[in-house]
Amino acid sequence: MYNFSYQKVSSIADAVEAMQKAEDGKFVAGGQTMLPTMKHRLASPSDIIDLGGIDELSGINVDGDTVTIGAMTNHAAVAASSDVQSAIPALAKLAGNIGDPAVRNRGTIGGSIANNDPAADYPAAVIALGATVNTNKRQIAGDEFFTGMFETALEEDEVITSVSFSKADAAAYMKFENPASRYAIVGVFVVKSGDGVKVGVTGATPCAHRGMRLEEALNGNFSADAVDGVEIPVEKMNADIHASAEYRAHLVKVMTKRAVEACS
Amino acid sequence: MQTVSMNVNGKSVSGEVEDRTLLVEFLRENLRLTGTHVGCDTSQCGACVVHVDGVSVKSCTMLAAQADGSDVTTIEGLASNGDLHPMQQAFKDNHGLQCGFCTPGMVMSALDIVNRNGNNVDEATVRKELEGNICRCTGYHNIVKAVQAGAKNMGA
Repeated sequence: MYNFSYQKVSSIADAVEAMQKAEDGKFVAGGQTMLPTMKHRLASPSDIIDLGGIDELSGINVDGDTVTIGAMTNHAAVAASSDVQSAIPALAKLAGNIGDPAVRNRGTIGGSIANNDPAADYPAAVIALGATVNTNKRQIAGDEFFTGMFETALEEDEVITSVSFSKADAAAYMKFENPASRYAIVGVFVVKSGDGVKVGVTGATPCAHRGMRLEEALNGNFSADAVDGVEIPVEKMNADIHASAEYRAHLVKVMTKRAVEACS
Repeated sequence: MQTVSMNVNGKSVSGEVEDRTLLVEFLRENLRLTGTHVGCDTSQCGACVVHVDGVSVKSCTMLAAQADGSDVTTIEGLASNGDLHPMQQAFKDNHGLQCGFCTPGMVMSALDIVNRNGNNVDEATVRKELEGNICRCTGYHNIVKAVQAGAKNMGA
């Protein structure tokens, strides 16, 4: 890992100021992706600005049908939260299956979505649950937040403060995980609510996305059988040593079926 | 450079480190607590697991500066007055190790499992929760038995 200048800040204003002063700064949340990335020399920021000292960024709050999770809340806390378990059980379960216990004690929801790894779990939930990403500058709709592989709508000095999720009538997340890393080779989050069915797909393509064809089929007939007739465009799928594009396209349907079955 | 201070195994320590110094490097090289191992250095294998403020973390994936002000427990902090901790004893009794390289991380993760799941944790839970710790010798079977035995003995 190349050397850098480390700074821990205790307020969002200080974080923004530090970022504006830095030559090539990066915010770090839990660091569970960032530090390995820096060790591999895939990233070499001049300055690391640690958000870990900003107390207001952690915590879970339920207000009516909305669950708001502070950006620095770690995966273990989301998984263990009785509030999240009762409001959106699929979200608690998703958090409890990210990485492994030690990673879940450090990794955060804000860090995960800001990084937007193509195989991360949270983006599927943010999209399917129609979440709102709250930042120090604005509110960003969940399905407009992820703009490309490792790319988001965030500006350089923009800090995610929290993510707000609405309760659903039924929701389930199913992933086919890489047995070593626990990353999703394909993960599908299905939500059924008064607005109809929403499907968030991760791992399959360079950036998590809404499964519009799947939604259309499921809005007509909310059953696993309805997924059979949907055509998944193979040419848009990721292909790597873990799974071919054809295999991923197949997994999208299998994971969707399992999620639909878990919803009903 | 950063000046870091933390409480490690009940003792206050401090030191000067580079900004990029990892917690595991601080423990091993500054404090000479070499029981915590570096296996993969990519947060997969779990040989470097220690407790920070009471929960397990991979010390190869945390900066020493991030642990400033924390309470840290390493494998060296478990035995008291020459007596092994019940979890360490259980690994010995159940042949839960062969080469021993992964053992410090296994024991620290095992204690985290007991903290969250209690003294009667079942086999399936132990197997699932050890997914961040890799052992290349044992085939895990005796490690799982050791964790369950250690968990029971901790409650006795």
